[in-house]
This record gives sequence, structure tokens and C-alpha cells, in this order.
Amino acid sequence: MSEFVPKPARPAPITEIGAIGWARKNLFSSIPNTVITLLTAYVLWSVLVPFLGWAFVNADWVGSSRADCTSGGACWVFISVRFNLFMYGFYPEDSYWRPNLAFILLIGFLIWLSIPRIPFKKLGAILALTVYPVLAYVLLYGGFGLEVIPTHRWGGLMLTLVLALIGIVVAIPIGVVLALGRRSEMPVIRMVCVIFIEFWRGVPLITILFMASVMLPLFFVGGTDADKLMRALIGIVMFQSAYMAEVVRGGLQALSKGQFEGADALGLSYWQKMFLVVLPQAMKIMIPGIVNTLISLFKDTSLIVIIGLLDILGMVRQALADPAWLGYPAEGYLFVAFMFWIFCFSMSRYSIYLENKLNTGHKR
Amino acid sequence: MCWSLRFCWAFLAVYGADYIMNPNNRNGLSRLFYNPTARSLFFQALILGLLLYFVMTIVGNVMTNLNQRGISTGFGFLSQPAGFGISQTLIEYNETFTFGRTFFVGLLNTLLVSFLGVIAATFLGVVVGISRISPNWLLRKISMVYVEILRNIPLLLQIFFWYYVVLQTLPRPRDSLSFGESIFINIRGVFVPKPVPDAGFSFYIALLVAAVVAVVALTIWAKRRMRDTGQQFPVFWTSIAILFGTAVIGFFITGRPIMLDYPELRGLNFRGGITILPELIALWFALTIYTSTYIGEIVRSGIESVSHGQTEACRALGLNEGHRMKLVILPQAMRVMIPPMTSQYLNLTKNSSLATAIGYPDLVSVFAGTTLNQTGQAIEIISMTMLVYLTISLLVSAFMNWFNRRVALVER
Repeated sequence: MSEFVPKPARPAPITEIGAIGWARKNLFSSIPNTVITLLTAYVLWSVLVPFLGWAFVNADWVGSSRADCTSGGACWVFISVRFNLFMYGFYPEDSYWRPNLAFILLIGFLIWLSIPRIPFKKLGAILALTVYPVLAYVLLYGGFGLEVIPTHRWGGLMLTLVLALIGIVVAIPIGVVLALGRRSEMPVIRMVCVIFIEFWRGVPLITILFMASVMLPLFFVGGTDADKLMRALIGIVMFQSAYMAEVVRGGLQALSKGQFEGADALGLSYWQKMFLVVLPQAMKIMIPGIVNTLISLFKDTSLIVIIGLLDILGMVRQALADPAWLGYPAEGYLFVAFMFWIFCFSMSRYSIYLENKLNTGHKR
Repeated sequence: MCWSLRFCWAFLAVYGADYIMNPNNRNGLSRLFYNPTARSLFFQALILGLLLYFVMTIVGNVMTNLNQRGISTGFGFLSQPAGFGISQTLIEYNETFTFGRTFFVGLLNTLLVSFLGVIAATFLGVVVGISRISPNWLLRKISMVYVEILRNIPLLLQIFFWYYVVLQTLPRPRDSLSFGESIFINIRGVFVPKPVPDAGFSFYIALLVAAVVAVVALTIWAKRRMRDTGQQFPVFWTSIAILFGTAVIGFFITGRPIMLDYPELRGLNFRGGITILPELIALWFALTIYTSTYIGEIVRSGIESVSHGQTEACRALGLNEGHRMKLVILPQAMRVMIPPMTSQYLNLTKNSSLATAIGYPDLVSVFAGTTLNQTGQAIEIISMTMLVYLTISLLVSAFMNWFNRRVALVER
């Protein structure tokens, strides 16, 4: 009697597995789907090929003047010649190490605080919020033996980062206070906070910046000489703290009422309730919102061009107006776009990562 | 923090106001001190007092500063002649009109670009949002890249890009791209024929109004009939036929009441017709594309928020794909989408103030820009401009809150 030997299973048809199967399933599953795929592929091809040719294949990368741009593609020489200006503005060249050092320290603190495995988070946070700002101020502005570099010489990416960071760091505490005030049981305080928040949220940043540059000097006694950067910063902080207050309020509202009642039942005072029970939990919910606010603040700092401060966009626009380099707006704007994109995109990825990490299963 | 604050209180209570804590005094001041109502009244009065002091100081400083510099105050400037021209005016305007008029010209231009932007951004955003959940892999990925790239680049930069890079590649007026010798596109803008009312125009308008009334009546009738008998009536296509038919047939019956004023090349530029400024186009494109990335994400998350059980229930009931979207998924997704959509529309309106960077004559550019420079009355002008945006924000959010309450899920 012969033993039963099963035939090996036949492999799946080649049209159902591998690359072909995948393409059939995801790209050509129906007639409309096929049409969409072909159309999209055609559009992509006809846009991407000329663009890549212009930006990379036919581009000029090295040189020192306009004459080096001969190949007809993008002239990245325009960027490389002025790279330092775009990064530091009119900051004196022999002092570049100062913003560099401040930036490296910043990166160090960010790594310390954002990578979970590194210990002593609390110490890091305290140092980053107390010692670092003073240190960065001394490094950037001067004093204590360092040459003073007035803020009108600051510019480029450095100025963008300074504005965004100061804006967010100052706006968070103000935002927390405003959000707590908005939920307060005292009608006057609630009213003041609501009016403050809704006012700054209701008007465009540009009118706030206009206000900061033309109205603010009138508010001080003979104080027309208030620093231009300072005035812009006041406007940005006001605007940003109103948005931050709404983020905090969202975090507070997401907490269940039981937490507040539990804290009350334990006999905690208002501030104990807030700082020991409510805010630590709300913070977890708020962090992605705070990062998103930081992203929009980072993009919004570009508006200071309109009141005449030269951030990276302003420096590039000034370079574009140089008669020796007329005719390269595409290169200039794409470069700025790329710089902004890198920062904003990485922040948004980090916010998504945090959201996943902090999701401790309380989500409903 | 809490500890230190608590110690603060303790310090105050023990040393600073020692007699309050005196047991002999328990019924008097100390009760007041620990009374929540008294405490909250005290803090509110304190805040109010500080605020009042702050405002008074600022007002005082402003008065002194204005006097020192000889800047006049008040709104008298609004009735003075403006003396400058504006490149796009929706209402009649020239140099002899007042500063007050420039306010309205600017406001209307702001509203125009916001309106156009909202419509186009919604349309594009819905397309992007649906593409992001399309079964087609390529479309899904491309729309994701679109969103991730354009959302992370500042709007101002995008406006500059459209205005200084893309639109600068258009030809000069002499070599305009022309469509049927009536629409011309060149570096100075887009030129389209302008409809001019002729004899019989009011009759034509009356006909159109009658058609709209008929459509409304038909909708009400069809709804009532469906409620009573269950029979459906193709309201949508019939309405389209009625409106379109009246518009076309009525046009010829009333003897062609609309003339077209064609743009013509005279000298260096086109005359006649309607000019759509390149500034408007750049601003509109940038606002539309930037906002569409946000709206796309809202649409996507809105649709994804409807549980899959709803889709399965629709299949079980035998609804087709179109009905499933229209009758089941979208009404539920709408609830999630409306609040963030509102804030996007408001953002778009506020962002339209970036017009000033490329010289589109919107409210900020005309009023807070040129008029402010001419009169120097910063306080009045900036306040008026802010008030306009504030009013728009509050009105739109009030309306959307009302609308949101209407569609919101009524639980318990």
C-alpha cells in the first residue's frame, strides 16, 4: 500500500502576490482607480522631472559670483555666497561663535529633555528655564566682558529662533494663568481673562505687530526708544499667550470632574489642587497642543518682515533686491521654505511621537 | 510652588497679621480672613484696581505723548479727502473721496478675498481630505506629501512665492495669453469681459427671482410629498433645469439684456473689462492652498471619526456608496468637522491681512498702511482695524455656535 504523499500547495498566482499583486490591489483595483493612478503618475512625472532637473541636475553649486551660474538650472551660488548673512544677519563675523554656542547648548538641553532615557529631567528643566536664558542672553547680547551687540544687528535664522523660543517660553506661564483665570469662580477675574484671550485671538498677528510698532511707543513715558525687537516680542507674546491659554484650557477640560472633586475632598488648597493633581495630568494632554502652537508661532515669526525686522525671510528678500544678484527669487524663496520646513516638520513629528507615547490608555 | 505659596500664607497669618489669629478675636477679623466670599471679593477688587491703574497710566502717557508730538486726536480725519488712489475698488472711489471711504474700500477688498478663499479652500480641502483616505495608494501618498509640505511652510513665504516667482513668469501685456480674444492673462493680471446691464435687465432679474422662488416652492412640495406618501422626487436635477433654463431662455426672450465690455490692448496695458489684479490672484492662491491642507486634515479626521459599524450597517441595509456617504457618514462627520472648520475660516480671514506684504489693497494695507501714514493717527486707525477683525471673529463664531448646536448630537 503506497503512502499518501500530498502534493505541495501550488504557489499563489503571480498576479496576486509580490509587486504585481500589490499594484493590482492598491493601484489598479478598478477602472476609476486605474484612471486616477495613470493621471496622477502623469502629473507627478511632468512636474517632478523638470523640477529635479532644474534644482539638482542642471544646478550650479559652487562659485563666488553670478558669473559662475552658467548651466541654466538653479543658481545655488546665490545661497552659498550669503549663507552666513541668512543665518546670523549683520552679527559681527568674529562673534559667530556666540550664537553657535548658544544654539549648541540649546540642542543639548533639548536632547536632555526630549529623550526619555536620559535621567535628571527635573534638574534639566530647571537649568533650561533659569540658567540657560541668562546664559543665552549674555552670549547673544553681550556684557560680562563680551562685546555688546545691539539687537538691530541680529537677523537671519538666529532671530527667527530667538523670537520663537522667547515667545513660547514666556507665553506658557501667562497662558496657564489665563486659562486658570478663565475657569475661576470669581466673575471679575473670569471676565478679564475671557476678554483678554478673545481679544488677542480675534485679531490678526499683523495688526498686533503694527500696534506694537506704532502704538506701543505712545504707551510709555517719552519711551519712543524702546527696542524694536522688544516691541515685536511684546506683541508676539501677547498673541501667543492667548492661544496658549486655549491649549491649557483644552487640557483642563479633558480632565474628568472627579479629579477636581477628589482633590477638594482631600482638603487640598486651590494651588495644591492645581499643581499636585490637575496640571500634571493636564500637562500630558497639553504637550502636543503646545508643540503645535510652537510650530505655528515659528511660522508666524516670518511676519516681522512686515514691520522691518530682518529674520531669515527678510535677509533673503534683501539679498534678492541686490542689483548684482537680480533674478533668483525662486532659489531664495525655496531655500527659506526648506529651512522653515525642516524645523516645522521635525517638530510636528515629535508631537505625533509624544502623543503616541503619552497615550496611557485613558483615551476614550 | 504650592508649598512656598502656602508658607506665604502662613507667614502672613502668623507674623504679619498676628492679631487676626488671636483666639480672642476668632469671631471678628479672622473669620473675615478665612471667609471664601470675602476673600474672593478682595481679590477681585484688587485685580480691578490694578487694571484700572494700569489703563489710567497708559491713557495718561498716551495723552502726554500725543500732546508733545502735536498729533491730533479724534475721528475727524475720516471726513477729510484722502488724496491717494487705490488699485482695486469694489465701490466707487477716487482721490477726492474721504479717508472714511478708504476704510470701506479696504474692508470690501478684505471680504472679497476672504470669501473667494473660503470657497476655494473648502473645495480643495475636501478633495485633499478624501484623497488622503482613497483606496488608491499613489493618490493617498501624494496628498499626504502635499499636506506635509505646504502646511509646514509659512503662509507669508507662500504668498511671496506665488507673487514674485510664479506670476512673474507670465508674459507681458503685448504677448498676453488669450482665450477666445476675450480673456487675457499677462503679468498685469487677468482681464475678463465685464457684463453691462442693458434695456430689459430688470425684467430679466425679475424672471430669475421667480425661478428661485419656484425652486424653493418645489423643494418644500417634494419634501411634504415624501413625508406623506414616501415617493421621492428628483429635486436637485429639476431645480438645476429650472434655473439654468430660465437663465438661458429668459436671456433671449428679454432681448439679450446684458452687454459685454471686452478688454482691449491700448498702449502698454488693457483697458475696459474687469481686471483681476495679480496681487489678488497670488493672495487667493496662497490662502487657498495653505488653508486647504488644514481643511483636508479636518475632513479626513472627521470621516475617520465615524465608526466603521456605521458603514457595515449601511451595507446591511443595502444603501449604495453615494447614499452611504450622503445620508449616514457625512452628517455624522459634520458634527466633528464644524468647530475646527470655523476656526480655519476665521484664520483665513485674519491671514488675508498678509495682503499688505504684496500690496493688495485690503483693510490693513489701505487703512492701517496708507491712511495711517498720511494722517499719523495710529491709535484710532489701529483700533478701528482691530475692531473690524474682532467683530468678524465674534459674528462668525456666534453664527457657527448656533449652527453647531443645531447639528450637534442631542444626548439624554
